Amino acid sequence: MGVSAPEGQGQRMALTAMVVAVIVVFSLMPMLRLLQEIVLPGGHFSLAAVGKGLGDPVVWRATMNSLVVGLGGTALALVLGVLVAFIVGLTDIRMTQALVLCFVTPLMIAPQVTALAWLQLFGPSSALLHLFGIAPPLGTPNPLYSAGGIMALLGIQYSPLVFLVVRAGMRRLPRELVEAAKASGAGPFRVAGTIILPLMTPVIVGAAALTFVSCVGNFGIPAFLGIPANYLVLPTLIFQRLAGGGPAVLSDVAFLSVIIGVIAMAGIFLQDFYSRRRDFRITTASLPPEPYALGRWRLPLELSMIALIAVILVLPICGLLMTSLVRGYGVMLTTDTITLDNYRFILFEHAASRRAFLNSFSLSIAVAIFAVFVAVPVGYVIAWGKARWIKWLSVSVELPYALPGVVLAIASLLLFLKPLPVLGVQLYNTVWIILFAYLARFLVLSVRPTVNAYAQIDRSLEEAAEVAGARLFTRLRTIVFPLVAPAAIAGGILVFMTALSELTVSALLWSSGAETLGVVIFSFEQGGDSKYASALSAVVVAITFLMMLGVNLFARKLPSGVLPWRD
Amino acid sequence: MTIRGLTKTFGAVDALKDVSLEVKPGEFLAVLGPSGCGKTTLLRMIAGFETVSFGEIEIEGEVVSRPGYEVPPNRRRIGIVFQNYALWPHMSVAENIGYSLKVAKIAAGERKRRIEEALSVVSLSGMGDRSPGSLSGGQRQRVALARCLVAEPALVLFDEPLANLDVHLRASMEDEFAAFHKRTGTTVVYITHDQAEAMALADRIAVMDHGRIMQLAAPQTIYHEPANEMVARFISHGMVIPVTMRTSERNGTCEADILGQPITLRCSTGEAPRSGAVVCCRAEDVRPAKDNEPGFDGTIKRVVYQGGVARIDFAPAAAPDLNIHFVQPDPQPFAAGDSARLCFTGGWLIPENTQTGNSA
Repeated sequence: MGVSAPEGQGQRMALTAMVVAVIVVFSLMPMLRLLQEIVLPGGHFSLAAVGKGLGDPVVWRATMNSLVVGLGGTALALVLGVLVAFIVGLTDIRMTQALVLCFVTPLMIAPQVTALAWLQLFGPSSALLHLFGIAPPLGTPNPLYSAGGIMALLGIQYSPLVFLVVRAGMRRLPRELVEAAKASGAGPFRVAGTIILPLMTPVIVGAAALTFVSCVGNFGIPAFLGIPANYLVLPTLIFQRLAGGGPAVLSDVAFLSVIIGVIAMAGIFLQDFYSRRRDFRITTASLPPEPYALGRWRLPLELSMIALIAVILVLPICGLLMTSLVRGYGVMLTTDTITLDNYRFILFEHAASRRAFLNSFSLSIAVAIFAVFVAVPVGYVIAWGKARWIKWLSVSVELPYALPGVVLAIASLLLFLKPLPVLGVQLYNTVWIILFAYLARFLVLSVRPTVNAYAQIDRSLEEAAEVAGARLFTRLRTIVFPLVAPAAIAGGILVFMTALSELTVSALLWSSGAETLGVVIFSFEQGGDSKYASALSAVVVAITFLMMLGVNLFARKLPSGVLPWRD
Repeated sequence: MTIRGLTKTFGAVDALKDVSLEVKPGEFLAVLGPSGCGKTTLLRMIAGFETVSFGEIEIEGEVVSRPGYEVPPNRRRIGIVFQNYALWPHMSVAENIGYSLKVAKIAAGERKRRIEEALSVVSLSGMGDRSPGSLSGGQRQRVALARCLVAEPALVLFDEPLANLDVHLRASMEDEFAAFHKRTGTTVVYITHDQAEAMALADRIAVMDHGRIMQLAAPQTIYHEPANEMVARFISHGMVIPVTMRTSERNGTCEADILGQPITLRCSTGEAPRSGAVVCCRAEDVRPAKDNEPGFDGTIKRVVYQGGVARIDFAPAAAPDLNIHFVQPDPQPFAAGDSARLCFTGGWLIPENTQTGNSA
């Protein structure tokens, strides 16, 4: 005892130091650097950037627009997500597994790909509408190039998020509360309205806050739908200013990114306040309620669910595929005009596109592997640590992901604009700055399922190893890692899929030679090459969908709740 | 309520097998059994939360469940008191109680009156505006009781309502349930695994095991005249001991030899000497034998002092695997390892080969 205790202590300190270092470098440092730029530019206290920003009417309009599309998108996502969660959770509808997979897929597809797909569906060049002869005449604007279009797509993009949160909440609803209402004589609709909905309110408010933050921070959808209509939101305004002014305007856009950050934080705090005020936490462990038998309404409801999936998933993907198969803008898709030239072009001919494949794959794999190996010790300290500051630790891990990606991108630019001190290495204008931002942003995607897995493991398994004489690092390697590895690896796959087609961060950080798939899709579309953008997007969607199905094969070995698309 | 031939299968497993019972209006029936015996399944089927595989359930003369036909729970006029209370946390106490009245579209004034009445019945007057979370466990249970009685249900189901309460509260809630039943005259089906609870409250007890009803009878009958070995062993750790029968039944008794000791046993009508007969003896049927009294020798295995009395485990020399136990008041003459001579003072001859019994 006398000998091993200090050694055990040393390993524990080393582990804590490592975890703290990861969080300082990837979470606190970028955020502090951003704040410093706002109030202490160049080391002197100054509110000049704040004053300049507040005096700019364009900034005000973009802020208003961000709030409007954020609230509109959130409202739509809530209606859709809650409705589907109630139908899947409370009725005896069949094929829920496939339904959930399809309904959640939009969340796994990058927003700019969603935007592109819908544009192909509705525009005057829509191959699908041409097929039926109902396409608007060439030259008319696409109806999606509007605030309404942005809201609609944000709603569709994030309704799976609402669905997942509400569904998880409904699983924790004890069935006795529902059965007591049934025994009191309440029919299905009254039970849903007076018991389940009120009990789910905190969960729904939480989902709303999460969705609002995602909508406000979204870049892909307003970039594809808003920029052509000159309807700017904060992330697209930052992009335009930075693209036009370069590093010189960094201080100004830093302020814009702080506005987004403040709006996002306001959403998070509002939710926190509300859930504190009305604490409906249900403590008893129980089974979820029995599903309601729909009887003769089952088939119609199932058909309308299939129709919903067709509208939000199948149709846009069809639009994407058809555009990717035509020779040019406005050309009808027939057996004569169908072509795979676009795919050949993006896969083999276009240099930037080929580079982007290499870059995005290397970045995603690197980030995923890093995330898996960091998630295990970080999760260990967060889930099983006892100290008070642990709570703050988990909050700071969440920060770079909770805040919109634009905020992190600007922070990374500020951090690495100048060469690293002492080392003299230049990260700016290289692929490494994107890697840093990805590491900071996506780490939490693997930490969350890992912490979740720790919570499901009996701590005594590790304590038994401790009693058997194993030191901390030995225990981590031989006991803990094998136990949480499935969840951590599933988290790593989520990281990979998200990073592969990421646009928000790389749109601001990319440089020639360091393009990502997201950036190349965006450039094609901005340059009017929808067919190439569609072909590239179709490839990305195919990879995403295949990975989802592939991971599904191992789903039985994973702790519950790790894969979002599995019911 | 009448249940006829009720069977429930989950996949290949029979959770309930051919259960039949009748609850008379105003009766308090306890369903007692070890965990996993099917009693909760039975309750959930009566409430309509589970469908029936075979058989039928009738409430107030109306069939509510049979294969392929189920009246939904909200139209069965039942009340349930759940183990975890199941009070809705987003409603006040009064809203919880008044929910079923609101569902039944009772006017607000009438509703208020009946809520007040229900609150006073469970001695919670003036607590209507409190939230369930601010109440103690016993108060929550009383709110749950008020919630279910306010709707004046045809049948009230209790699902192990005292399992979450501490010992003292349990005793006072038992009194409360008994008073509630006496006052309202409601028909009650009370699920429990606690024998003392069932004995204290019920008019009749249905003992269940492995999805079957083992015996359905008044508490005294269950205790003194168990219908089979399962009931004998389950109720108060009864001892089941082989006997040799010497005479047939006459006036409710017969003569037999138990561990070599001649004895007069209580038995059911028409018993005649047979092989393999067993007797159920309670701890109070055993005592140390006086000098020259017929009895049997053996060894004291264990003395567990319980304050004022000790529970003594004893292995008879003739059948060392049998565990005979009895209660010895202070002063304690025995220690583990001592030799002793005991005698039986009575017992109940368990009827032959019956799996189920209705001796009500």
